[in-house]
Amino acid sequence: MSGATDEFEAVIGLEIHVQLSTETKMFCGCRLSFGDEPNVHTCPICLGHPGVLPVPNRRAIEYGLQIAAALECDVAPRSIFHRKNYFYPDNPKAYQISQFDIPLASNGHLGEVRIHRAHLEEDAAKMIHVGTSGRIQGSDTSLVDFNRAGTPLVEIVTEPDLTSGAQVREWGQLLRATVKQLGVSNVNMEEGSLRCDANVSIRPVGSSGLGTKTEMKNMNSFRYLERGVEAEIERQKQLVASGERVVQETLHFDPSSGELHSLRSKEESHDYRYMPEPDLVPLAPDTAMLDAAAASLPELPAARAERYHSELGIQEGAARLLSVETEWAAFFEDVLGSDESIEPRVAANWVTGEFAGELRRQGEQDPADSRVSPKSLGNLVSMVSANRVSHGSAKSVLERMVADGSDPEAIVREQGLEQISDTGELQRIVDAAIEGNAKVAEQVRGGNEKAIGALVGAVMKETRGRADGGEVTRLLRQSLGL
Amino acid sequence: MIERDQVLHVARLSRLKLSEEELASMQKDMSSILDHVDRLAEIDIEGIEPTSHVVPLENVLRDDVPRPSLDREVSLAQAPDAADGAFRVPSPQAEI
Repeated sequence: MSGATDEFEAVIGLEIHVQLSTETKMFCGCRLSFGDEPNVHTCPICLGHPGVLPVPNRRAIEYGLQIAAALECDVAPRSIFHRKNYFYPDNPKAYQISQFDIPLASNGHLGEVRIHRAHLEEDAAKMIHVGTSGRIQGSDTSLVDFNRAGTPLVEIVTEPDLTSGAQVREWGQLLRATVKQLGVSNVNMEEGSLRCDANVSIRPVGSSGLGTKTEMKNMNSFRYLERGVEAEIERQKQLVASGERVVQETLHFDPSSGELHSLRSKEESHDYRYMPEPDLVPLAPDTAMLDAAAASLPELPAARAERYHSELGIQEGAARLLSVETEWAAFFEDVLGSDESIEPRVAANWVTGEFAGELRRQGEQDPADSRVSPKSLGNLVSMVSANRVSHGSAKSVLERMVADGSDPEAIVREQGLEQISDTGELQRIVDAAIEGNAKVAEQVRGGNEKAIGALVGAVMKETRGRADGGEVTRLLRQSLGL
Repeated sequence: MIERDQVLHVARLSRLKLSEEELASMQKDMSSILDHVDRLAEIDIEGIEPTSHVVPLENVLRDDVPRPSLDREVSLAQAPDAADGAFRVPSPQAEI
């Protein structure tokens, strides 16, 4: 089966909705909120009463322009709002104010993925489906909460440039980090302030056409989206391999069962009958607005990863890892800043490797919340680099630091972990190990070099890990005449 | 004359159930509206920018400053049905 399915490649495009973290809604002065009592932030505008007039939120436009700048898009000199008509209780106007043929921004890119467009629109109300099963299917009535209705959104649409679930996850995380760095959204997928849909199709390897696509809706993490996309690619390949056709539909991926379900949805008939929104005048960002957006851009994750790699010599993988999460990047830079003798590459390995791992083991996530300060981690890294403590000892020191915030110097002193740098002392221990393990020593002399491991182990045991493994091996080999 | 199926399609998008009589009169009315609008096609609009708004204004924006929202009792009272602080509607999944 894999012989046939390997002849196909996946083509994936993403649509990402980003809720902007303004104070108020897109077209009215109601506050944004999450988790409040239902329907406490509503007014005639966001409830869609007749005769009201929407007025766009200036800050939402500014945030949209910042996203456009970060994605290196062309900003339309004059864009207009449209009504996207559909009938569903989450939008009592029976249309969503969105943008259609002239979006705010287009033709951008983030990393290797091209951005088709980015436009402004408003979020819909939240539906709570009640009834027998609690799920959408089979419910009798629905409750509608308009707190979310009218929340400003930027919808970002990529070109179909992605080819795997893993790439979707990685790129999605980069986009989320980028938007987060701009400070224009909370980008919390579980709370829905960042939502990602994936359009998936397959085609014969090497062809340039596009197959029939399916749309995967609204996964609440990029890991689930990755798994869902992989499952859907596999499903499509199997369909085609067995001579069937992919049907255009909207799918839901259930991460607990790993199954894909077809969704009946309000978009069942894609017939939105767009028309220009007569209540809103065109949006023509002037030079001042564009300059302000450009000037507001901080160093973004993709640029930071590039700088870490090219200027600091950090491997690409670690550079990306450090750059994507701003709190990790900040911690790393503070470690570097704490002691200029620290090699960036070494510091990067400690931060993304041992330190991140130890935090996870102890159930922590954010380095900024850790009891370990960048300065004390820098201190530990310096001690390792200066051969004052072995790598192995340093790991146990770090465990203690994460647990109770102790100073590494103090732990090393208290536990006597300072590496034996006196060659004379180490030589005495090496000699004793050879004497105490005469048989093994004989085997090594006889050509079984692997057996030297037992002698190294004996020395490390005697020194309680305070010796440098490389130095021990060197002394042993020398003493055994190798 | 607009097709009967088109009228049915538009009615379905609006969740309207039309009787045979309504369908016939709707078909007639919609056709005459469309014919009327079609007369605009006779005008030469070569080189004229599409108008999306009749008033020549741009960038009418408001500052991001909160204003008081409605009391929930007031907003819910406008609706035919409410429960648990929310508007209650028939399940949208129900067949029309």
